[in-house]
Amino acid sequence: MTTLGASLRPNEPGPGPGRLPSGAPGQERPPAPRSESPAGVPAVELHGARMALGERVLWDGLDLRIEAGEFVAVLGPNGSGKTTLLKVLLGQRELTGGTVRINGRAPGGAGTRVGYIPQQQAMDVDVPLRARDLVGLGLDGHRLGLRIGRRARRERIDRVNTALAAVGATGYANSPAGRLSGGEQQRLRVAQALVGDPSVLLCDEPLLSLDLANQRVVSELIDQRRTEAATAVLFVTHEINPVLPLVDRVLYLVNGQFRVGTPDEVMTTEVLSELYRTQVDVLRVRDRLVVVGAEDPGCHREHTA
Amino acid sequence: MTDILGRLFDFAGTGALLRLPFVQTALLAAAVLGLIAGLLAPLIVTRGMAFAVHGTSELGFAGGAAALVAGVNVGFGAVVGALFAAVVFGLLGLRQRERDSVIGVVLAFGLGLGVLLLALYQGRSVNKFGLLTGSIVSVDSNNLWLLTGCAVVVVGTLLVCYRQLLFASADPEVAAARGVPVRVLSMVFAVLIGLSTALAVPAVGAILVLAVMVTPGAAAARVSSNPVVVTVLAVVFAEFSLVGGVLLSLGPGIPISGYVATLIFLCYLGCRLFARFRRPAVLLASR
Repeated sequence: MTTLGASLRPNEPGPGPGRLPSGAPGQERPPAPRSESPAGVPAVELHGARMALGERVLWDGLDLRIEAGEFVAVLGPNGSGKTTLLKVLLGQRELTGGTVRINGRAPGGAGTRVGYIPQQQAMDVDVPLRARDLVGLGLDGHRLGLRIGRRARRERIDRVNTALAAVGATGYANSPAGRLSGGEQQRLRVAQALVGDPSVLLCDEPLLSLDLANQRVVSELIDQRRTEAATAVLFVTHEINPVLPLVDRVLYLVNGQFRVGTPDEVMTTEVLSELYRTQVDVLRVRDRLVVVGAEDPGCHREHTA
Repeated sequence: MTDILGRLFDFAGTGALLRLPFVQTALLAAAVLGLIAGLLAPLIVTRGMAFAVHGTSELGFAGGAAALVAGVNVGFGAVVGALFAAVVFGLLGLRQRERDSVIGVVLAFGLGLGVLLLALYQGRSVNKFGLLTGSIVSVDSNNLWLLTGCAVVVVGTLLVCYRQLLFASADPEVAAARGVPVRVLSMVFAVLIGLSTALAVPAVGAILVLAVMVTPGAAAARVSSNPVVVTVLAVVFAEFSLVGGVLLSLGPGIPISGYVATLIFLCYLGCRLFARFRRPAVLLASR
């Protein structure tokens, strides 16, 4: 399978029909990489990446270069290795071949500044955390030792307050995190990931089990971050429509095959039929993509519904 | 009836007893135990490890019983048994479902082994009974040093990695994503539980370790979600019930476990009631 990834830069603004609804935040193009990241060093770089689980090869020869401010959606049926890819980028798993770099460094190491947004999960109601504590853990929960010094504390409180305000969570900053609604908790997840000032944002199905209004809020918050701070976004999802206006490129993984390109290049009848090795039809209905025939039962339910 | 009450609450000799060195040692032991139990309890509750604590305490009981038979220091035997259990449970990580059944298996084995060993023991029966129901006055200065040493280890570990432990306990997935060594911390925490449980077994008894290691955290979590407030409250509750239990038990000369369990249960009830009447106001204020 050929890939377009290695040579592809952030795509040019020519939107396909229906790709950019008017007034959507995705209309702004990703800004140029910020001066702090060395010129030419991509936010994420996979080169000849291979991941095999025993006999089974999830993907091989994966070249992907994500620039600062780029929004890449990772799509594919269950078990195609989407989450495994995230784990590689988080430094939780080793590639079985090839190389991976985040801001030019090994993943999981110091200085990679990676934010992570998990899918919404019910939190224990009695978890001893307020909303602000959950966000604060995103700032320094990985550090050893105690917080020392009044100034450092002051600064920490300010940063947490700023992050809470950015997601509109100031009103419930002191409420028990476990007693908030799913949408409120997911906003906190965004704040928790952003408070550490990430240069790369990794999202694992962050919209799953949210209602439409909250899906919009959360995806707009993520998009706002990447346009304002040029944070690269890798967004694992099985449903592209809620983020379709924001997506620069798609990485589509199916049974060891993959394709990288703009949504217009990848989300077509020809490409998906080739990936799935069966007849798959991609229809455009207004601003939405409808995929018919991708047989994974859990995967495209929303597409065809 | 008044006779029984009179036996349960007898302060006639308490004043005189308080001047005895072994009573002062017992009070000090209770205070140290209360500190570490209170510090660990909120994390135990957050990690859903109440059952693991119970399992650990039964292995501590078996270890203590083995030490009795072998004629070595009971506290030492309890530490070995509890650490063994802690390591086993720690290796199981955070997955609740598989953990529960393994804890059940290990717990039953530990209890059975302990009873068998006690049956083999030919010495004073108060020693046997003490392991199950606790006798804090049996804490001698040797044990006090062991207790203090363990308390230093627990407090020192918490000072270094409290934030990571809180993160890994309350929010394991994101913690792992942020590079927190969740599995290693799971082991570290299990060892802390093992140490504290082992120390609690001779003092309050294997059956009632849960009362001091879990209830303070469960009570505190009802009234606050601020991690610092929860921890401070848990320490206060644990100290109140342990030191209070020792004081109440002195006059009547009854094992402290009944008093401790009752006092901490009252704390828990109070917290639930407090939360019930306060919660609507908080929710209104926070929206």
